[in-house]
Amino acid sequence: MNRIKSLLLSDAFNNAYSSIFSILVGLLFGLIVLLFSNPSEAANGFLIILKGGFSTGAKGMGQVLYFATPLILTGLSVGFAFKTGLFNIGAPGQFIMGAFAAVFIGVKWTFLPAPWHWIAALIGAALIGGLWALIPGILKAYLNVHEVIATIMMNYIGMYMANYLIKLYIYDSQKGLSMNVAGSAVLPKGGLDYVFYNLLGSTKDMSTVNAGIWIAIAVAIIMYIILNKTTFGYELKACGFNKDASKYAGINEKRNIVMSMVFAGMLAGLGGGLLYLSGANGRRINVVDVLASEGFNGIPVALLGLSNPIGIIFSAIFISYITQGGYYLQTLDFVPEVIDIIIACIIYFSAFSLFFRKLLPRFIKYRKDRQEAKAASLQATVDETSVPASEAAATDAKEERGEE
Amino acid sequence: MDILYLVFQQTMFFSIPLLIVALGGVFTERSGVTNIALDGMMIMGAFTSIFFINQMEDTMSGQLLLILAIIIATVTGMVFSLLHAYASINLKSDQIISGTALNMFAPAAAIFIARMIQENGVQQINFNNTFRIPSVPVLGDIPVIGGLFFKNAYITTYLGFAILIISVIVLYKTRFGLRLRACGEHPHAADSVGINVYKMRYAGVMISGAMAGLGGLVFVIPTSTNFNATVSGYGFLALAVMIFGQWKPLRVLFAALFFGLMKTIAAAYSVIPLLATSNIPSDIYKMVPFIATLIVLAFSSKSSQAPRAVAVPYDKGSR
Repeated sequence: MNRIKSLLLSDAFNNAYSSIFSILVGLLFGLIVLLFSNPSEAANGFLIILKGGFSTGAKGMGQVLYFATPLILTGLSVGFAFKTGLFNIGAPGQFIMGAFAAVFIGVKWTFLPAPWHWIAALIGAALIGGLWALIPGILKAYLNVHEVIATIMMNYIGMYMANYLIKLYIYDSQKGLSMNVAGSAVLPKGGLDYVFYNLLGSTKDMSTVNAGIWIAIAVAIIMYIILNKTTFGYELKACGFNKDASKYAGINEKRNIVMSMVFAGMLAGLGGGLLYLSGANGRRINVVDVLASEGFNGIPVALLGLSNPIGIIFSAIFISYITQGGYYLQTLDFVPEVIDIIIACIIYFSAFSLFFRKLLPRFIKYRKDRQEAKAASLQATVDETSVPASEAAATDAKEERGEE
Repeated sequence: MDILYLVFQQTMFFSIPLLIVALGGVFTERSGVTNIALDGMMIMGAFTSIFFINQMEDTMSGQLLLILAIIIATVTGMVFSLLHAYASINLKSDQIISGTALNMFAPAAAIFIARMIQENGVQQINFNNTFRIPSVPVLGDIPVIGGLFFKNAYITTYLGFAILIISVIVLYKTRFGLRLRACGEHPHAADSVGINVYKMRYAGVMISGAMAGLGGLVFVIPTSTNFNATVSGYGFLALAVMIFGQWKPLRVLFAALFFGLMKTIAAAYSVIPLLATSNIPSDIYKMVPFIATLIVLAFSSKSSQAPRAVAVPYDKGSR
């Protein structure tokens, strides 16, 4: 019993609670929205959201993983920046520029043989994504421009720039999309083609999922190691906790701001590469004046995963899962934007997750205190326990400030 | 000369919403709450008021309809901003994240509701523009000035300037303004002399919400004939305008005019003779306002005069 309690009190579990709580509130809100818009179909619609990718069997789950791949990367991008005290809202711009670089290399550099071609395309995507974050990084570190504003501007510049460059070099003008990449630039299947398909008679209806998801998971693990096991990661986190203290400790905080922005940008750019190097039945870049939603969805992914790289893998799969559910909602004449409403609601609640995160441990502690107090009052009727409770609140408040 | 008038009028169409929304931003930041949800609030305000126009244009038209729409946009923005106020003031949550949530919610809700309510299930809400004043009586006949300010105008333009004057007076000449600014600079000091910091911050956020909602309507009316759940990133541009204007209303006016001009170049380059003949594609022009913003911010942020307590939740117990 005590072991369960200590597990419940541990940080990881507390964090998971607040995310799960936000998700539940978000889903509840989604149900209310469905009830308001069409009461008779609301229950069915809600079930479809919950069934998510499973609605179309193994292929559907493959699609969930395919669309989770870029979300893991943009989530890591936002989450990594969070850990280092920066808010990278610029993932859409970095993502789309990375996507352009990958597709450009994938279409044009046909002189490269198979594995090197897609590897080169991914490296190109990461480099261009990093470049797109370098500018706000420098502006933040040396010119005191708030990174939120700078990255938002870079989003719009990136969107128009990508549209312009695609139309210039790799445009399929009949469909209004980017061209298909060469076969040698398509990511291999990585064994996933044995699992994620639906049988249509004797032919396999393949899912688009490919080795990209393995790469994304590997990158998440690498990020976990960098953040938690290296001096470099420690310095970046120290800057995030307290810029002045880390400067005093001899850390070059300006260089670290630039470095973490570039890292974040590289992750988002790589996400663009992984999504679009996916062969004939995969996605192609749509040339429209809309910011890439994969980039913005990195924000809820990072928040739900509490910026922990391993948590981000799961939260990305979750967001992708209910987004797929949203597409199937259209069969009941619902509008898929209800998913965006749910996600917005989840972010809104995770914004004050700290508030909820303190609730449960405090409750357990309160009960423990009361039990101890009872035991104590049996021996001697002196002490009451109102003092520890208020003290606990005070230390909690201190911790909150420390984390910012 | 006609082109000069055209460019000037266009600049006004783009500048006035920026001015209104950025002034809203000044109020919220001066009270100590940062509000990056201005974009979402613009979308909500534009959505309800344009939908109102769409529904009512059979029964009324012209300025009366516009004035009713203005009231609706203002109220919508104010109500929507309560969500941000509650999260960031009462629950002391991260203001950037709460703002991001509202920014995500607004377009999704606008598309969802539009597609659910409208019979044909489309997300665009169309409206007939019956609000343009070809020439203001008497004033429109004044040479030069009449052409610049009183032809092809909307009452919203004059409303924008009225809001600017009122903002200056409220912020610098009233007790409320002084208290609001105190809450953004040093909330504990303000609290110690008996000012209710929470109340002042609520006021700041709600004023910004009202003005952002209004700004959304003001942006859509002259530049489009339908509303498609977006204000093309104008809320974010307004934030940049606010920073460039160093949180001071009069400087915000000049910043807004500058960005309006940039935006006009991006939108109307094909009618400006010098630019029309150069073979620069439209995508490059569309980037101009954003690149200009970055460059301007790079030069103006070094000695930033941001309110000192902005984005820091006020906690009575902290030191």
